[in-house]
This record gives sequence, structure tokens and C-alpha cells, in this order.
Amino acid sequence: MNYQYQIDSDRCKGCGLCVAVCPKKVLELSNKNNSKGYFPAYRAREEDCVLCGTCCVMCPDVAIAITPDDKPSAGK
Amino acid sequence: MAKVLMKGNEAIGEAAIRAGCLNYFGYPITPQSEIAEYLSRRMPEVNGMFLQAESEVAASYMIFGAAAAGARVFTTSSSPGISLMSEGISYCAAAQCPAVFVNIMRGGPGLGGILPSQGDYFQATKGGGHGDYHLLVMAPYSVQEAVEMVMKAFPLAEKYRNPVIILGDGLIGQMMEPVEFPENLVSQPTNKDEWATNGMDTRKTTQRNLVRSLFLVGNSLEENNRCLKAKYDQMKKEEIQCADYNIDSDYEALIVSYGTMSRVCRTAIDLMKKEGIEVGMVRPQTLFPYPDKIVQQAAWKPSCRVVTSMELSMGQMVEDVERVVQGKRPVTWFGVAGGIVPAPEEIVNEMKRVLHAHQS
Amino acid sequence: MARVFQKPKSLTSTYTHYCPGCTHGVIHRLIAETIDELGIQGRTVGIAPVGCAVLAYHYFNCDFQEAAHGRAPAMATGIKRVRPDLMVFTYQGDGDLASIGMGEIIHAANRGEKFTTIFVNNTVYGMTGGQMAPTTMPNQKTTTSPNGRDITNCGMPVKVAELIAALQTPAYITRQSVIKPKYIIKAKKAIRKAFEYQMAGTCFSLVELVSTCPTNWGKTPLEAVQWAETDLLPYYQLGDCKTPDE
Repeated sequence: MNYQYQIDSDRCKGCGLCVAVCPKKVLELSNKNNSKGYFPAYRAREEDCVLCGTCCVMCPDVAIAITPDDKPSAGK
Repeated sequence: MAKVLMKGNEAIGEAAIRAGCLNYFGYPITPQSEIAEYLSRRMPEVNGMFLQAESEVAASYMIFGAAAAGARVFTTSSSPGISLMSEGISYCAAAQCPAVFVNIMRGGPGLGGILPSQGDYFQATKGGGHGDYHLLVMAPYSVQEAVEMVMKAFPLAEKYRNPVIILGDGLIGQMMEPVEFPENLVSQPTNKDEWATNGMDTRKTTQRNLVRSLFLVGNSLEENNRCLKAKYDQMKKEEIQCADYNIDSDYEALIVSYGTMSRVCRTAIDLMKKEGIEVGMVRPQTLFPYPDKIVQQAAWKPSCRVVTSMELSMGQMVEDVERVVQGKRPVTWFGVAGGIVPAPEEIVNEMKRVLHAHQS
Repeated sequence: MARVFQKPKSLTSTYTHYCPGCTHGVIHRLIAETIDELGIQGRTVGIAPVGCAVLAYHYFNCDFQEAAHGRAPAMATGIKRVRPDLMVFTYQGDGDLASIGMGEIIHAANRGEKFTTIFVNNTVYGMTGGQMAPTTMPNQKTTTSPNGRDITNCGMPVKVAELIAALQTPAYITRQSVIKPKYIIKAKKAIRKAFEYQMAGTCFSLVELVSTCPTNWGKTPLEAVQWAETDLLPYYQLGDCKTPDE
């Protein structure tokens, strides 16, 4: 079973809380702003992500989703 | 249907039940506590819901919440308590929720007194709560009329999705008169599913309903205001009620009076007739919408040379009388306040004085 | 083992007006998750306060009413008394519940009205620009306590959960927090427990949630979380104040 991890960068307000709580230090704030002017979070070290969902639990904007990926994945 | 001798307050409570309203949230205040007391005994008998709230403020919001959830609800209070409810009433009007309020008026302002008055005319017809809204205001003059008005109030509130207030006074609340409860005065309940928060499952839909009064975006607030105004304009066309007394005579003076005061005036008119003095009376039964044209036509009758507003207050309805008479007749005012109800002889003396002062 | 995570059905996709790092968003999500899990979306009515969450109804996908400031518990009483089968929750902040609405919450709790109150405690009045609240900490600077809350003048901050728990009527009263994931997980359990008590018709429930207000505290979201943990949690202690079985 593969999983899709997505941050909706237009929903993200760049609060940085996910960055702070990630146990694997995967996340950073981008230096490119989104359409609202915020600097959204992204997985800077994707390979370290264990999809624990702690960032999802923290995010006040429900900007992060982890969903089962039905299609066979061509790499992560 | 047999006539029953009932205290006004109790009859008002019973009338709501007969109108199919089985939900009462209220708070004690003299001179209407008997309504709550009566309903605390009577509601359980009809599987209805009675709750004494912690204050009139709380009661008005229980009314708002329950009305918004699509239930037929009513509450009763007296002048200072209606002041406390006024914010909640404004919210009901703004959010277009039907509810029935009863004000058994007492002397004011402030803590005032516990005896009858008509000092809340302005509050009921011109304002009360903040903002651009009106209540449909009905003013009974007898226990029987109070019963009929309470029973009509519910379908009217639902027709207009607006609060309705019955403006009684301490005398009507306390006195005992024979009452007959009308049959079949209740219309079909309106379709609350269009707006009530009664649960999406209840409405078998996935479309939720929102009851609110905050309109921040664009001109949505103006749209709401215009929507409310359209309802008040419709009320003015369809809901005016006005009674009269001795109006077919060639009366020299016209009394405009409502509620308890109008009964005293009626006796005074009979007394004056015996002395050969003809005085007519119009008795508005709706104070909003006000029976402008009816009062105006009665005032402008050729035989009539002066109009007097008779009130248990320091002169509130007189401003509406002046407005509709448009200066074509002198308008005077006579009032007694402080909870005192005048004797018919005082009215007679006043009318004689007024007629003498306004020779043609 | 991956954790699957998606926006709950009972939450709309509407972009919220809340400040970056404001924990209102977390609380909204926890409530929506609970509504989804219990399958009660079709019979839930929420009541929005006056405060930052005045527009909460834009973010929930169920029937909603907008209350006057502080009066949500009275409105909730109205709804539950005429429709006991509806699931009703009020969502209130410091001013709404602990200031103007203090009378209404105490009496609703005392009567044992069977609805759930979610009380967001962030020690300030957010919407109106950061004024002092009954829950403001001693010496905490706000726009109406520019020199810090003077307890000799304004008294001590109110501990709402303990106050309501002191009433004799059975209830579920708890204080949790949403400032970090380990607290959020417990908060979710508490909210779910509260709604379950309501479903069973057992009692009144109140979940106080120690939250952050980065903007009015003059802190970044992360600084706000840290300050809440070091300065608020020792005073506003987490845990169940009362359960109905006691």
C-alpha cells in the first residue's frame, strides 16, 4: 500500500507549527510565497518522512493530507 | 364551547396552548408571574415544555434558539423584563425567526411600579431593541380579546417570520372575565424546513440551514434590511385592525385610545351621551401597523372639531395621532400614569374641557 | 505504518480567516472529526459565538445558529428543550463564556442541559484586538491592561472548568489543550467523550481548551505555544474536573 502526502500550499499560512513538531525534522517553510503571501511548508527531506501524521494533527488549516494511493507508484 | 371565568394572565397562557404552542420559556415579574405559574402546572398536562429561565435575557435567547430550530414558542414579561428581552427580540427580527412575546405593561421607567400602564408604546412600536425592524403589535382591551390575539399571533409570526408582541397591561393580566376559546383559529404550520436549524436529517437533505443576523459582506446587510422592510409594508397592507365606538354619531370630539384605557373611555362616552354630548372613539387593535387611514378618516369627519389621545402614559401614541391627522384638527393628549387608572368621570371632565377650549 | 489523514466531511473547504498558528482551526477540526465519527452530521446544530469564531459557521457543514454575545448556552437550552434528539454544541471564547455569558453558562450547567460547550481559553479578547479577559494571567499585558493585569484591581484569572465543576448537578467538565500534538490527541478524546455523553442523554459537558492567540500575545505561533506551555498550563491544569459518574 502506498500513500500520497500532500500539502495544499494555498491553504498553508506558514505558521511553522508543523515544522516544529515533526519528529523527523522533514519540513521547512519555503522561501517562495503562495498566492496569499504566506511562505508555505513543504517536505524538505521527503526521504525521512515516515507518514506519522503528527504534522496533520498540528496543522490548524487542515492543509496536509495523507491518503491511500490506489495507483501503483512510479517512485515516491 | 362554554365560557370560563379566567384571570387574564392564565387565559393568555391557556390561549398559547390552544394555539398549539407547547413551549414556554419565561421569568417571573409582577404583574404577569401568574402566566408562568399557570403554565408550570398546565404544560405537563399537555406534554408541553415549561422552563423558568435564569433571567429575561436568558429567556429571550432560549426563545430565539428554539424558534430558530423550528418550534412554536412564546414568552411573557412586563416592561423592565421586556427591556431585557429587547436585544433578543432584535436578533429574532433580524434572523427572521417567528416568536410570540407578551408584555403585561406596568408603570415605568426604571423599576417603576407594579400597577398597569401603557408606557411601553414607543418601545413596542418604534424601537425597543436596536436596529431597523418592527414588531407586529396587537393591543387587547379585554381578556377575551387577549386570548384571540394570542391565538392569532402564532400563525402571523410564522407568516411573516417575525416576532409578534401582544401589548397588554396589568389590569388585563389580573382581572377575571368570561372567556371562550375560539376553535380552529390556527392555520397550518408554515414550512419551517426552508430556514430552520431542525437537523439536515429531519429535512432529508444535505443542505444545511444557517440562522444568523450578521451580514458583513458587500451589501448583504442592506438586502436583509430591504427584505425586512418589505414584510413590514405587507403588514401595513394586510394586518391593520381597528375597532370603534359611537363612530356613526355626529361626534364633536374623537378619542383615540387602546387597551384598558379605551374601556374607561367607552364608559365616559356613554355618560356624555346622556348629557347630550357626542364623542366618538377609535380603538386601534394593531399598534403596528397603525390604522393610519381609519384614525385619519375618523378625525377628519366634518362634525369632529378636536381629537384627543387618551393613554395611561405621559403621551406616546399622541405622536402617531398627530402624524395621521396632519394638522387638520387640533390634537390634544390626556394621560394618567404611575399605575393609576382614571375613573370615567375624569375622562368626561377632560373631554368637556377640551371641547370648551376648542370651539368651532 | 502510515497514518491516513484527510479533512473531515463536517468541515467545509472554506479557507479560514483565522491568523496563522491560531488554534481555532485545530479545535474546529477535532469537533468535525467527532461529528463524522459519531455519524451525527444530519442532526447536529452548532452555535457560533461573538468573537474570532463568529464566522465559525462558514467552516462547518451542519445546521448552525449565530448567538448574541454570551447567550449561546441559552440558545442551546432552547434547542435541546424543544428538540432533545438534536446534538447541540456551543463554541465560545473568553469574553463570550467567562465575561458577558457567565450567567448563562452557569445556569445551563446547573440545570444539566444536555448540550456540549467547547470553551476556547486564550486569555484575551481576540476579535476586538486583544483586550483583557477574565482569564488573562497576572501581569499579562493586554490592550486594556497595558501595565499588566493588576490582580489587586482586577482579581485573579477565572478557572472556568473548576468553577462549573463546583456545581452539584452531574456533568462532564474537563480542561485540555490544543497547543501541541500530544495535548491535541487528548483533547480529541475529551471532545469525543463529551459528545458521547450528549448522545446518551447523560449530562451537560464542557471542554475547556487552553489555546494560543499569537497575534494578540505579540508572539510568533511557536513562541505562543512555548509561552502557553510554560505560563498557562501550570495555572490552567489539564485533566477531568468532573465526570457524571462521581
